[in-house]
Formats: sequence, C-alpha cells, structure tokens
Amino acid sequence: MSETQERPATLSRPLPSPAVSIETKPFWDAAADGRFLIKRCKSCGQAHWYPRTYCPFCASGDTVWEESPGEGVVYTYSVMHRSPTGPYAIGYVTLNEGPAVLTNFVDVTADELKIGMKVKVKFQPTEGGGPPAPVFAPA
Amino acid sequence: MSIKGKAYIMGAYEHPLRDAPDTSTPQLHMESALGALADAGLTKDDVDGYFCAGDAPGFGGMSMIDYMGLKNVRHMDSTETGGSSYIVHVGHAAQAIAEGKCQVALITLAGRPRHGGNRPGARMAPSAAPGLTDGPPEAGFENIYGGSTHNTYGMCAMRHMYEYGTTSEQLAWIKVAASHHAQWNEHAFLRDVVTVEQVVNSRMISDPLHLLDCCVVTDGGGALIVTSPEIAATLNRPKVKILGAGEAPKSPLGGQGLDLTYSGAVWSGPRAFEEAGVKPADIKYASIYDSFTITVLMQIEDLGFCEKGQGGRFVADGNLISGVGKLPFNTDGGGLCNNHPTNRGGITKVIEAVRQLRGEAHPKVQVKNCDLAIAHGTGGSLGTRHGSATVVMEREA
Repeated sequence: MSETQERPATLSRPLPSPAVSIETKPFWDAAADGRFLIKRCKSCGQAHWYPRTYCPFCASGDTVWEESPGEGVVYTYSVMHRSPTGPYAIGYVTLNEGPAVLTNFVDVTADELKIGMKVKVKFQPTEGGGPPAPVFAPA
Repeated sequence: MSIKGKAYIMGAYEHPLRDAPDTSTPQLHMESALGALADAGLTKDDVDGYFCAGDAPGFGGMSMIDYMGLKNVRHMDSTETGGSSYIVHVGHAAQAIAEGKCQVALITLAGRPRHGGNRPGARMAPSAAPGLTDGPPEAGFENIYGGSTHNTYGMCAMRHMYEYGTTSEQLAWIKVAASHHAQWNEHAFLRDVVTVEQVVNSRMISDPLHLLDCCVVTDGGGALIVTSPEIAATLNRPKVKILGAGEAPKSPLGGQGLDLTYSGAVWSGPRAFEEAGVKPADIKYASIYDSFTITVLMQIEDLGFCEKGQGGRFVADGNLISGVGKLPFNTDGGGLCNNHPTNRGGITKVIEAVRQLRGEAHPKVQVKNCDLAIAHGTGGSLGTRHGSATVVMEREA
C-alpha cells in the first residue's frame, strides 16, 4: 500500500450555485474565466469584501473591479463534522489586499489546516449550472 | 432622554413545554402571552403595545395581533435581531412607554424547531436559482459555503483559542455551571449534572465545539409585560425597574480588520451600564446568552466582567455557579440545558433575571440580596453579523 493511500481524506464539499445579482455579475463572469476580482475604492483607496457598488468605508460610488492573485492567510476556520457529504472546513482568509473573505478550504486535511497558513484561491465548479466559486487551498 | 426608571417589567412567563407536537406556534404565542398577563395581573385588553420578531407567524406583528385579539394596540415594533430581539424589545418598550406611546407592552416569542419550524442549525440557505437574484447582498459570497450556527461560532472559538490560549476545558466549565443550575429546574430539557470531562469527550460537532458546547433545541415560548410606572403601581407584583438598555450591530463591514474575538457587547454593554449608572462589578446576577459555550465566554469579556482574553480563566472552577462563584449566571440552566425556544434564547434570559430580582428563582439557585441584574444577548452569528442587546434591571425596594 502506498503512502498516498494512507493520507487522511482532504476536506471538500459540493458547492451549490451562488446567488448572482446585477451588482455582482461581473465577479461571477470573471470567475468563469478563472479570474478572482475584488472591489477597490478610488476615493479612499481601500479594498473591500464582499463586493459592493458603494464603498463601505467612505460611501463613494467610485469603486472599481480589480483582479487579485487571491493570496492570503487563514484567519480562522472550523471543521464541520455534522455533514452528509463528509467533514468540510469553513473559515476566513485575510487577503494580502486586506479584506477577509468567507470561504471553504480544500486540498488540505483537517490536521494540516492551521490559522496563519498561506493559501491561494482556486475555483470550484458549482451544482446546478452556476458559475464556479472561489475556495482556498494551501499556497 | 434616558429610559432609566421610566418602565417596569411586571409580567414574565416561560412556557413549560420543551417539545410541542400538538401545539401550534400561534397557540404557543397566545399561551405565553396569557401566562405573562396573568403573572402581571392584567388582561389582553390592557395591552396597547405589541412587540415581536421573526418567529411570529405572518406579516410583522399584524397576524399575531389579529390572532390574539389585541384590539387596543397603538404601538408596534417587530425589530428583528435573531435571538436577542426580545432583549432589544425590552429597551424599545421602555422607550415607547417613556414617550407615552403605550402603557402596557406585550413581548412574545414562540416556535417549534423540533416539529418543522425554524430548524436547528439555521443553515444559510443556498440559492440554486438560475439567473439573477436580488436577495441579501452577502448571499452569493457566503451562503454557498455551508455556514451554520455551529461552524460560524466554531470559527470564533478557534480564533479566541489562538489569540488568548482559551481551552476546551475552560469552555466546558460554562456548560458544567449551567447543568448545576438545571438540575433544580423541573422544566429543564437536560437536568443531569455534567463534568468537564463529559463535555470535552462528547462528540465533536464543529471544531472546537463539542456536542455539549451547544445549546438544546426546544419548542416553546415566552412572554414579557413591560408597563409604565403608573400601571406598575397598581399591580400586586414585585417591581423590576428597567435602568438602562443598549444595542449594537456587529458585522465584517467590508472585511478590513476582521476580529472575531469580540462581539457587539463591547458597545451594547457600556451603553446600558452608562444609562443605568452602574458598573459590571455591581451586578449580582447575569443572564448571558448561551447558544454555545464560546458565546458566553466572549460576552462575559465584552461586558467587562473580566479583562479581554481572560474569560477562560474567569469561567473555570465553578465561578458561574450560583452560591459558589463570583458571577452566578443562567440559573434556570440557560439555553445550554434548560430551554432555547425556537433557537432564540433572548426572552428566557430576561425571564430568569426577573425571577432572580423578584426572589422567585429556585431556592437552590436564588442569589442572595439580588437587587441588580443584567440580561444580555447576541442574535444572528458571532462569526458573520449579529445584533447585541443588553438590559440592566433593578428590584425596586
């Protein structure tokens, strides 16, 4: 038996189709191309999450989509054991641009996942024909 | 303008059912209302203010006002902050009474999560609808990740442990204290005293929260009557004076500087204490929302009962047990053992505080000379967005 077969199962979870609004459609269109967008305010310079038309910090409507490498560190997580599809991890990633993003962690075991771990975005297909959605894996 | 001394809690009733297969949710609201009115010595036709939240079936408060036959209502409030709504309502009722908008305010809560309503876990509903939607703004970016109360509170506990060294054993002491109180409550859903070892060895639900770190899931309800001083003076019940109230939302607010180690109690608590003119150290009894053990620990810190980060040490070794520790809490057994009707524990927090101030708690848990109490709650999720509410109450000699 090879070592790889003895490795505990990595965390995963099927994703339902996300709710897409007229305000957030550009994000999901980019996601379909494998690009991770965040919003940044041209007035105060701050990036925010989740994306809005108006900046939550200064209320300026002068916000723009910005492509992000989707890199950051695990701020916190919790591995949910009460799940019909097996354990999965929900948590926040603090992006290098500053904002914290709620997400699922993948390609990692429950034992490997740690606060402070460097992670990077990847896109996971969603059920029901929706756009792929961002999840995070060890960088 | 302050609400201090402008209103009194004169009626309180906790529905005795914890499992209600044969009682409808509107019926549970009505039975709770009748219980609180009888406790106060009033009738439904005395009610001129009605307060409810999202558990009330129908259209805001309109359906329940109609169902219960409340024909004299002239002030309505359906503020929704999840499980803390009813603590918000106490403050709002005092405001309305202070401004002459009503004299007898009725607050009700009821529901049946064990029988299909408001199901446990409050899982964020995914959206499978194709095309564009126009729901909550965060929906697309949060609801798909399997968030529930268990794992979003688990995230807070995980970060608190990371920053402050809080342990599962310390969290377990909160459940242990609640169980010591619940053994005396004949209506409590769980009456067995448990040990720290039993808590930390119970099944893991969502790291680091075990099964026994979680509150019970119960059907039931409760109601409160808040009145003007003039009405209170005519009633033959001990008077519980409202001294101060505070409320606050907390949310990621754009995600910069996210900090899940504290709750909105850091704002609602000081607002209530300042209005009341008292300090945390003056409080004789505390009802602290206990959806999970971590909820209690964070709120105790945030309300100022101990330094931030020291909650683990503060709650250990029985310090929350009435007659044993410095801060007797949730002497009915709380949401962890007694009751968490329709997954919303705010009203039972106020009810047990009223029992303590009246001297009507179970003799085994009654706090001696209990003249000043707090009821505090958090509704929604500590891990995403929530509403905190604090009320300070005094027994009028």
